Amino acid sequence: MRLPTADAPSRSAGRDKPVPYGHNPIGTLMHEADRLQLAVAECHRLSSSLAIVGHGSKALLGPHKGEDTLSTQSLSGIIDYRPEELVVTAWAGTSLGELTEVLADKSQILPFDPPRFGGAGTLGGALASGLSGPSRPWRGSVRDAVLGVEIVNGRGQRLRFGGSVMKNVAGYDVSRLMVGARGTLGVILSASVRVLPMPTTETTLAVACDAGEAGRLVRDWARRPLPITATCYFANTLQLRVSGSAASVASARSALGLREPGDPYLWAAVRDHEHPFFADSAGTITRLSLPRGSRFEAEDALVEWGGCQAWLRGRSIDPPQGAFATTYTPGRQPSTRPLARAATAKVAARLKDAFDPGGIFNPGAEG
Amino acid sequence: MSNPKVLARLRAVLPAASVLTGEHAVRPFETDGLTAIRETPWVVVLPETVDQVRAVLAICREHRVAVVTRGAGTGLSGGARPLKDGVLLTLTKMNRIKEVDLDACTATLEPGVTNLAISEAVREHGLYYAPDPSSQLACSIGGNVAENSGGVHCLKYGLTVHNVIGLKVETFEGDELVLGGKTLESPGLDLLAIMMGSEGMLGVVTEVTVKLLPLPVAKTVLLGSFGFLEDAGRAVGAIIAEGIIPAGLEMMDNPSIRAAEDFADAGYPREAAAILLCELDGTAEEVAADARRVQAVLTSHGADVRLATDAADQERLWKGRKAAFPAMGRLAPDYYCMDGTIPRAKLAEVLNGIGELSEEFGLRVANVFHAGDGNLHPLILFDANLPGQLERAEDLGDRILRLCVDAGGTVTGEHGVGVEKLNTMCVQFNDEELTQFHALKGAFDPDGLMNPGKAIPTLARCSELGGMRVHQGRVPHPELERF
Repeated sequence: MRLPTADAPSRSAGRDKPVPYGHNPIGTLMHEADRLQLAVAECHRLSSSLAIVGHGSKALLGPHKGEDTLSTQSLSGIIDYRPEELVVTAWAGTSLGELTEVLADKSQILPFDPPRFGGAGTLGGALASGLSGPSRPWRGSVRDAVLGVEIVNGRGQRLRFGGSVMKNVAGYDVSRLMVGARGTLGVILSASVRVLPMPTTETTLAVACDAGEAGRLVRDWARRPLPITATCYFANTLQLRVSGSAASVASARSALGLREPGDPYLWAAVRDHEHPFFADSAGTITRLSLPRGSRFEAEDALVEWGGCQAWLRGRSIDPPQGAFATTYTPGRQPSTRPLARAATAKVAARLKDAFDPGGIFNPGAEG
Repeated sequence: MSNPKVLARLRAVLPAASVLTGEHAVRPFETDGLTAIRETPWVVVLPETVDQVRAVLAICREHRVAVVTRGAGTGLSGGARPLKDGVLLTLTKMNRIKEVDLDACTATLEPGVTNLAISEAVREHGLYYAPDPSSQLACSIGGNVAENSGGVHCLKYGLTVHNVIGLKVETFEGDELVLGGKTLESPGLDLLAIMMGSEGMLGVVTEVTVKLLPLPVAKTVLLGSFGFLEDAGRAVGAIIAEGIIPAGLEMMDNPSIRAAEDFADAGYPREAAAILLCELDGTAEEVAADARRVQAVLTSHGADVRLATDAADQERLWKGRKAAFPAMGRLAPDYYCMDGTIPRAKLAEVLNGIGELSEEFGLRVANVFHAGDGNLHPLILFDANLPGQLERAEDLGDRILRLCVDAGGTVTGEHGVGVEKLNTMCVQFNDEELTQFHALKGAFDPDGLMNPGKAIPTLARCSELGGMRVHQGRVPHPELERF
């Protein structure tokens, strides 16, 4: 099927006017958003499937399938950013690199610090995959930060949910439902996300210990008001990041009684899977999502998130009680154990049908 | 309705004291916190166990009887308004704290546990539950989930959606959904997020797992008094732009200051056009450093600043803010509390707009609000005994909410839509968006018998409201010229 080109007539041109920011050709992008909408509407009419892609950087999540590919890459740029509002609104195809630079310029950060595999990745992809970075337990997940989205649903309708304010209970929270749905419910066109001030000081500290001792330490820290923003245990070393004002970082250091400096580049390397652990495991890897306070221990695992996320090489043993194991194999869709309960799966299938009745988005992917 | 068969079956599955019928018994349940909206429920049931909840739902399913779920009844939008031919399922008897897990820093609760009871139960372990709606003494955690409740500390610690990590939900179809839990990630669609703020439309929450936080070691409160409202509005943005996220940042305008001062003797300057209350928490070093910076920002925006001297002084400064709503009783017999949220940058503009509307309608409006997150609570003062005043207050409220939507905000920040804001929902969402909401509800409740008629207006209702609907500045068919 031939998708509409940029010259195709637009049915809803000039429908809305976001606040311009910088020198982005907003008019052109509105046109581009219209084009994506029209493409989806065409596919809905013809019952033709679509693979939605941004930078295509998340091979981890398996190959995209679809009779046609819908790229959001050209839908790139910041729509509205006012630092004092702690919110940024951007088109889905905006690269995470650009977005973090714009925020850094105003001393702000994305709280969920999403992975940028191979240095690439878009805002839309970060939302659709729902993958959060090393600070997840302390600064929140992707879905925690999402305030509003504009999407095209499977009928080709352009819809807005949420907004750009922190508190908003008008209607169901569809914006957060989109996070981690892997594009199965709609094409994200743009999103508003909450941002945070960048801490003025950050220090990485290290402790030599075994897995059992590392577990005890992180469980103890969780119950104390310490400005910890990341932990990582690997190969008999526990590292942690402490963030805040210079004074609070200094006092946390003395409260923790730790002096040994760690590797400040560790966090981006773990986040982007550039750490040697991932380089050495070119094949199958498994992510264990562990309950808070878990006593899971494995000497060969890389354990982050205060003990709540562990990476293992190969396919793991059955997940411990209360945990989920997701196995990633190159070229295949990830598989998660235990399987979703029947009742949850029934509602999820109906939700898919409510948003994409023709089942055209990302066939084979599971939200 | 008077289906004796249904009543008999409800009595068979519930203790005698858990089935209430008859005018006197059900009267306390005819309204929630929005007392202007009332209905006498046909029957009120108060189950004590999940099995009893399931049994009630099974009976209602079989007999096609609609169910309205209710917690403590402190909601402010009529979300728990009963049905005259439906069952009012009240969960206040399910109020046990099932587990406090100190390793995980979580608590697992029945839905009727009150918000404040959670923090009180875990304080001895140096922990607390962060969201603190002003009704926290009475409101239940199940109701907090239904409304995605906030409070004064949302800016730093988030809403219910950020602090509830797991739910068990009974659907009208008789399934149990186990959503989230103690892990930080769960596979599949985020049904947990959708349940937050869903106003009892999707299922009955029977168990809630919350995240507990370590109590901050240090805390302080600053009071900034301003001669001009606009300066106070700008100071809010300036504090955030400094890179400081206060634990609480509350603003009150002059009518509220006076009423609160008369009522609570909090030490507020009665002549100020506005005050800002700024609470900072964290480590001792952090609090001290941030307090100096906030003081500088407030001063540079023309404020007189007072730093609380000790814990008792902090209490006193908060006392006025907390008394603001009851204090309104001194200004007028009745007040109507609104709940719009706007971008912070629009604070001064919207407040001025509210002032103009207040004059136009001839009703006084006092403003108390969570300035940090742009969540306004304009209090419209009126006297319900004067003919037409309630209607005028409602019309004014409607206009204020439209002002919030026009400013890029929303018709409800934390009180929910309920029945109160069904009409203004037509302003915020177009037909396609509303249709998507209805389809979403259908995925959980295909029969449409969970809290019917609330939260999302029908398209027919919106079209009956008539006039040309302007949606976020967009009109239908923009290509047509209009005169």
